[in-house]
Amino acid sequence: MKYFHLIWAALFRRKTRTLLTLVSIAAAFLLFGMLDAVRMSFDQAGKSANGAQRLQTGSKLSFIDTLPQGLGGKIATVPGVKSVAYANWFGGAYQDPHNQVFTFAVSDNYIDQYPEVAVSDDARKAFLNTRTGILVGEKLMEKYHWKIGDQIPLQSNIFPQQNGSKNWEFNIVGVLHPTEQSVSFYGQIILMHWKYFDDAVLKGYNNGQVGWYVTRVNDVNQADQVARAIDAVSANSDHETRTQTEAAATASWMKQLADIGLIVGSIMGAVFFTLLLLTGNTMMQAVRERTSELAVLKTLGFSDRGVLAMVLAESVLLVLLGGVIGIGLATVLIPGVSANSGGMLNLPTVGADSWLLGIALMLAIGVVVGAIPAWRAMRLNIVDALAGR
Amino acid sequence: MTFLFNLLVLVILVVALFVWVQLPWYAVLVLAVLFAAWMALSRRGRQAASVTSVGVSTLRQRLGSSSVVVIGIAGVVGVLVALLAMGEGYSETLRKTGSDDTAIVLRGGSASEVSSVLTRDSILVIEQEPGIAHDKQGKPIASGEIVVAANLPVKHGAPGDEGSVQVRGVDDQAWALRPNVKIIAGRAFQPGMRELVVGQGAQRQFVGLEPGHEVKLGTQTWNVVGVFASGDAYDSEIWGDAGVVAETYRRGSSRTSVFAKLTDAKAMDAFKAALAADPRLQVDVDTTLNYFSKQSEGMSKVMRIMGITVGSIMAIGAIFGALNTMFAAVAARAREIATLRAIGFRGVPVVVAVMLETMLLALLGGLIGGLLAWLIFNGWTASTLATGSTGQLAFTFKVTPELMWEGLKWALAIGFVGGLFPALRAARLPVTTALREL
Repeated sequence: MKYFHLIWAALFRRKTRTLLTLVSIAAAFLLFGMLDAVRMSFDQAGKSANGAQRLQTGSKLSFIDTLPQGLGGKIATVPGVKSVAYANWFGGAYQDPHNQVFTFAVSDNYIDQYPEVAVSDDARKAFLNTRTGILVGEKLMEKYHWKIGDQIPLQSNIFPQQNGSKNWEFNIVGVLHPTEQSVSFYGQIILMHWKYFDDAVLKGYNNGQVGWYVTRVNDVNQADQVARAIDAVSANSDHETRTQTEAAATASWMKQLADIGLIVGSIMGAVFFTLLLLTGNTMMQAVRERTSELAVLKTLGFSDRGVLAMVLAESVLLVLLGGVIGIGLATVLIPGVSANSGGMLNLPTVGADSWLLGIALMLAIGVVVGAIPAWRAMRLNIVDALAGR
Repeated sequence: MTFLFNLLVLVILVVALFVWVQLPWYAVLVLAVLFAAWMALSRRGRQAASVTSVGVSTLRQRLGSSSVVVIGIAGVVGVLVALLAMGEGYSETLRKTGSDDTAIVLRGGSASEVSSVLTRDSILVIEQEPGIAHDKQGKPIASGEIVVAANLPVKHGAPGDEGSVQVRGVDDQAWALRPNVKIIAGRAFQPGMRELVVGQGAQRQFVGLEPGHEVKLGTQTWNVVGVFASGDAYDSEIWGDAGVVAETYRRGSSRTSVFAKLTDAKAMDAFKAALAADPRLQVDVDTTLNYFSKQSEGMSKVMRIMGITVGSIMAIGAIFGALNTMFAAVAARAREIATLRAIGFRGVPVVVAVMLETMLLALLGGLIGGLLAWLIFNGWTASTLATGSTGQLAFTFKVTPELMWEGLKWALAIGFVGGLFPALRAARLPVTTALREL
């Protein structure tokens, strides 16, 4: 620390070069911050303390097949099950048929399965008492400027009502406020009553079926046994089920969507390889230019190790400065990107994990890049260097 | 004064980049020819050429720092082309699936096949509408098809890892409708039997889809009897007899969609009008080309935006890397440049020489990046859950000449920006100070 000002002065000896290099490093780490946020949002989906308590039961056949509503009662009697809720896909669209809004028809107790989604007591009461009531995610409320009490039309791209019309009217009675990143999805969906849906839909379209069950278990450690017991209930029937923990189910979907790890990994590989080269070149130049200065330092009594450490510290400081600026920029920019994508992307802000990984990378890159110049500086022969040989 | 000059340079730069992005290849060719003519014919041009050749011949001494420009730009172009090739491959696969002389009929308001239901009665009506081609026996070439999904274990996955695959129940006209679908192993399924043919893409992704194997679809066991290849989105599907699939999935006599071969592309309007005018029907109709292109729109847009965003951020990094290198190069050659100016060379040849050198390095980087992307990623297979489909869609990355060209344009733009400022510095360096340096 004693020599910090010396290192700092050496770093900004050539201001233009250092600034240009800093911008390049910042660009690389900006990219790192953003891509790591994407990776994290894929990784962490469904992984939370509350999520670990939830099991999802769907048809074993495929995700478009449904299950009888009566199965819920049987699942509730499985030992270890705390409560059972169910939901069905409604497939709503607002104003334009292509403007899809994720809408689910759910049982009355569905929202109780998600304690991390905050719904006010008034809204819960109003939802239970209003047949056509819906709970709307906070992001959607903002996006369409809806207020509680509004009546809104939704088109279903699958289900017509008894009169054959696919236009449904709903009353907004409450707002869903997700309080954890893992359930941020609930900020962008609409929940309606399954009972109302099943009554009002044209006969033959639903017939008392539900899409999937959401079960909470008493003990997280028993989750796998409970899942097997739930599947055993309907084994060898015409509606066999497949039960997974929420984390496993989400991970399976994400994996089918894209191999994000591979894409992000290869981009970052290319970026950091380029960065290594670029910063390495800058450091080489910096040390080559200062050969005589370094020799003077040695003459003054700085040890070989001391010079090595100072050059290394300089390169680490360079990468660290640029990197922190880059990830800082990512932290600032990401909320803007999410807001501008119209709900298509919902990236988490750069978390502590990304910062830690980023800083570890900066240190590593700084050391690798500084290694050769620092080695040269250490081996420098005072007489030769001062003579300009 | 300097500030105003810099501002002017910046404005010109932005305008130049904007024009550059829009420029088609032949305009670039014309520019290149004009530039070469200027170099060969005018006095200034010849001066520029000789200064450039001096710079290029000393490149070898600056191998390390010059390679920063080349590799930095190769990285940008490689990543950009690879990401764009992903989007291109995806939309190409879906676009190829349709044609403009086959129509797809869905229930009114359905966003995709899987959310549509057509009753047996309406299918019979649709098949009799005008505009549909007939085969030699006089039967309309139209196929009522049913699309469902099945969960199957995936290859290379953890035990119990299942993926979703789209299952299509078809009748015998399906083959006439899609002449590009060919059986490449085994045989076609027999109507009325619990037999399946699988697409080669699906076969690559899921376990047990080999001819002679049995798989469980729905509650029933089916025999895989053949493999087909089509080179488009159907490759990711599994086909069986429509009646048997509908029965297994408890759909009775209903189907999800009707595909119809039209007499020609112009018959579409008449067919559409006839369907709209028929009071018995409430359906949407489109050419399959439109339908499948629309399905790919959202996803390929996302992929393209992702590619451009990542590419832009990397390009900023590369521009500053190039600036760094070229400033260093100009500084190292300050005395040489000042000498040239002292003996009468004007500013323009010096500017041109430095920029040309940077752009040559950039071109080399762009070529290397594009080539690497092509070598590594062309034909690379990936899969995703496609919108409007119930299963995974396998597609291959497609590095087209257009994408390579786009990558090269990016490379040259980066070289242009990275060379401009060092070139200006070189040209405006006061001769006396530069000569006295060192």
